[in-house]
Amino acid sequence: MTVPLKPGSVRFENVQKRFGAVTAIHDLSLEIEPGTLVTLLGPSGCGKTTTLRMLAGLEQPSAGRILIGGRDVTALPANERDVSMVFQSYALFPHMSIADNVAYGLRSGGLSRRAAHERAEEGLALVGLNGFGERLPSELSGGQQQRVAVARALVLEPQVLLLDEPLSNLDTRLRRHVRTEIRELQQRLGFTAVYVTHDQDEALAVSDRIVVMKDGIMAQAGSPRELYEQPASAFIADFIGEANVVPCDVVRTSDGRLGARLGGMVHAIRADSAREGAAKLAIRPNAMFLGDRRPGFLDGRVLSAAYLGDHIEYEVETAFGRLFITDPAVETVRPIASEVGVGLHDRGVALIPA
Amino acid sequence: MDRHVRRLDGALLLGLAAFVILPWYGLESGIWNGSWFASYPFDPSVAPGAAQLFLRPGFWLLPAALALLSVLVLRFTPSGEKRGTRLAFAGGFGIAALVTEGLAVGYQGWNWSGWERLFGALGDGQPPFGLGAYTLALAFLLTLAFGLAEKGRLRGDAFVLGAITIVVALVSAFVLYPLLSLFIGAFQAIDGTFDASSFTANLLDPSIWSLGCATGSGACGIAWRTVFLALVTGLGTTVLGLSFALVATRTRFPFKRLLRLLTILPIITPPFVIGLALILLFGRSGVVTQWLAVVTGFDGGRWLYGLPGIWIAQMLSFTPIAFMVLIGVVEGISPSMEEAAQTMRANRWRTFWTVSFPLMRPGLANAFLVGFIESMADFGNPLVLGGSHGVLSTEIFFAVVGAQNDPARAAVLALVLLAFTLSAFFAQRLWLKGKSYTTVTGKGDAGRPIDLDPKLRLAAYGMVVPWIVFTVTVYAMILVGSVVRTLGLDNTLTLDHYAKAFSVSYGENGIQWTGVAWNSFWTTMEIALASAPLTAALGLLSAYLLVRQRFAGREALEFLLMLSFAIPGTVIGVSYVLAFNLPPVEMTGTALILVICFVFRNMPVGVRGGIAAMSQLDKSLDEASLTLGANSFTTLRRVVLPLLKPAITSALVYSFVRSITSISAVIFLVSAEYNMATSYIVGLTENGEYGVAIAYSATLIMVMVAVIALFQLVVGKRTLRREAQTAAPATLAPASALAQETPA
Repeated sequence: MTVPLKPGSVRFENVQKRFGAVTAIHDLSLEIEPGTLVTLLGPSGCGKTTTLRMLAGLEQPSAGRILIGGRDVTALPANERDVSMVFQSYALFPHMSIADNVAYGLRSGGLSRRAAHERAEEGLALVGLNGFGERLPSELSGGQQQRVAVARALVLEPQVLLLDEPLSNLDTRLRRHVRTEIRELQQRLGFTAVYVTHDQDEALAVSDRIVVMKDGIMAQAGSPRELYEQPASAFIADFIGEANVVPCDVVRTSDGRLGARLGGMVHAIRADSAREGAAKLAIRPNAMFLGDRRPGFLDGRVLSAAYLGDHIEYEVETAFGRLFITDPAVETVRPIASEVGVGLHDRGVALIPA
Repeated sequence: MDRHVRRLDGALLLGLAAFVILPWYGLESGIWNGSWFASYPFDPSVAPGAAQLFLRPGFWLLPAALALLSVLVLRFTPSGEKRGTRLAFAGGFGIAALVTEGLAVGYQGWNWSGWERLFGALGDGQPPFGLGAYTLALAFLLTLAFGLAEKGRLRGDAFVLGAITIVVALVSAFVLYPLLSLFIGAFQAIDGTFDASSFTANLLDPSIWSLGCATGSGACGIAWRTVFLALVTGLGTTVLGLSFALVATRTRFPFKRLLRLLTILPIITPPFVIGLALILLFGRSGVVTQWLAVVTGFDGGRWLYGLPGIWIAQMLSFTPIAFMVLIGVVEGISPSMEEAAQTMRANRWRTFWTVSFPLMRPGLANAFLVGFIESMADFGNPLVLGGSHGVLSTEIFFAVVGAQNDPARAAVLALVLLAFTLSAFFAQRLWLKGKSYTTVTGKGDAGRPIDLDPKLRLAAYGMVVPWIVFTVTVYAMILVGSVVRTLGLDNTLTLDHYAKAFSVSYGENGIQWTGVAWNSFWTTMEIALASAPLTAALGLLSAYLLVRQRFAGREALEFLLMLSFAIPGTVIGVSYVLAFNLPPVEMTGTALILVICFVFRNMPVGVRGGIAAMSQLDKSLDEASLTLGANSFTTLRRVVLPLLKPAITSALVYSFVRSITSISAVIFLVSAEYNMATSYIVGLTENGEYGVAIAYSATLIMVMVAVIALFQLVVGKRTLRREAQTAAPATLAPASALAQETPA
């Protein structure tokens, strides 16, 4: 199949969506570069699927404009928009063969039956399913059905491909494999993709950019690294890769640099934007380790310990609340109720504005 | 955007053809006859609307003409939201103008006296609407829908908007308008003038409301008798239905398959057949009566003719329906609930009364209300067995066709009956709202329902077994009665009854259908065949709109469609007679009114089946089709309908069968030319020709058994081929649909 030559940009301008009295999206503005894969990430009910459906034309915004490839499509119905979508349930038509499924959109676009089936076969080859055309969807495995759904959407060579939790019906092992495939396909063909998921691992793995949503607003957008290393809020820090969020004071240390003071301990921070005063520290569970009590460590008491093979999960009570710690030192397990000191690594600690 | 212009052009051309070319008013000899062409286009009786404006002169057509003209002008303005608003307004105004002038001007002139004062008396009125008027109405509806689509309503989906507009228009015309006519009819004196005093006189008639039997001073009013009968029938069928459901699910009863078979009996049995069979058994010269007289010398008398007989007939007719409702309820109780109770030291007796029964209670209430409504609406059994002591539904009939011929009284009685059934319907809705205790959740429910407590089992068997024996006897009576000369008096075997009804001879002119039944039989088949596809199409289209689209008034439409379940057939019959006997719409005595009556009587079944089947279809299938560039019509045709095939077949067969067994509404609408099998049979029984009537009924039952068997075969095959997920609910549709219907 030829590479889609027209990856389109996407632009949301002050889009709002209300369902009756409930506001699902408050004033969303968003810009997606052509040829990139952008993930909409957030807990359920955050508005990410609604955003995707508005882009597909399956919902109409209550206010604002949506542009695809620079053209205002706000008033266009779904079947007249140059996007296609991979559904969470795949939505393969159960009464049509795989080939008919993939050719469906091409036939709707007015292609002859013959030409449509030729293109469909190319599309199936693209996802490694050549020769499966005669089968019914029910005769394919979950992973294969998923690939048919992708092929069906891709053969239309849309400006934007939409994926609504495409992996949620696959088992964990397959999920990792398929997400790599999707990413590889996207990079090879260079199409624009908008990907909805609630799984932050998936988002980190496939995205050029991640848009984290919460309660109908955009909480933060950025590259996977930016979101992980410089979370803008406690919510982001905890949602992307779990974090212990504790209050701290930003102080100027004796050598003139900034540090975050946490009890008796001062942790050097790199963030240039930081100012002195109260702030919060997001500490990844693996950025802490346990030792004996000593100065420069936080005093703690072990509440629970669980052995998980390559690490031990601890819950430790400290003056700053309970900390969740994963410690790779599996040789010694700290017994419950033992007095420990909690130390901090350099990496995995981020300062977030109070 | 040329597509948008093209569809508007279609509507516009349709409208112009309707107004300028087609005959505006109904033709005496029918449009297909062609003889009207001789005097076309300047004879007022055949002229198109445009010519009527000047010929009659029909100045009342002017507003509609102006609406059409404005659509023509708007056609050449640039498209956009503003034009959409104007088009929608023009279409809506056109419809309103047509409806208003149709209702305002009758044969003689103004129907509304106020308008006569306003516009002056008319020299000439107008005949009922014809092809031109109906086509223009359709064109206006389409314009309204296309205008709304251009405005961007419902994501600009012209197909969906058009479908909604047309469904709403049809339901208004054939459900709401007749009911409105009924209401107006109740206030009209015989000569058609408004008369509130006759309404109050009719309404307060002691023969309706008298409580004489309670105080010991004579008979009770007919309303109370009907309510009493409905209460007793509702209770009785619920108790029996529950026994059946328990026996079927919680005992090791050896003939469970037979029990399931019982559920199709009410579908295939014309409603008065049970009554007929009872007469053959217990009537004055019935088998049992005669035998008793010979053996004991006891004369049974006429006890059967009246409430006791009607009650027995209704128990036999409606217990299967209660069974169908309740088996779902009983099966809906998760075995794990009962198992949990048993692990907490409850024995089977205690488990039943503390866990199972309370969980069934909403279902029992529902079954009771269904039985109540069924009994109220029943017409066939009271007609055959009621004698001089009828119930509301038969009283309505006699008020129209009997010596009384008092439509106003019929309308008042119909309103009383409607008030009762609607109250039961509302009670049912309110009671069931958020009160379903269905605890089976799907896959996770393991376990087998526990067996019934021995005492309860004994009680259930004690009711079920005699009832089965009785039912089998009654149905056997139908068969036996049709092949003996006169049951009870002359028991020689004969095929005379069948010969009289269905004889065929070969003469010079080919086959001669000499039997007396053929005429009504073929009419019935034709009308049932004509109405079945329309019913299925309209029902499934409505279901699609209700399940898949969100639009203002959706819930109201759904409610309205479900409401027609609760409108007794007799009420529909009277209201159709009142509504469609005079301009603007006149079609009594035609085959069309029978077809329309069946379509709107049976449509709720199609809607319900369609809703059930469509709710099982993942909505993302539709959405996938849309995002793949197909419009909603293509989506419906290529994705939704193929997946609904079992539901479609079921709706087709079901409405076909129901059209054959229906009597209550039909009996008001048949004519000499178009007589239906059921009303013909009733006529036979009135003449005392029980043998032929029974033979005819038996034939009908066998025809329907054949149809249903064929249908089961087809659908059964489909189930094997397709995923259980899509086929299973659809095959259940007729049963679940029946659970709430009212009998014909």
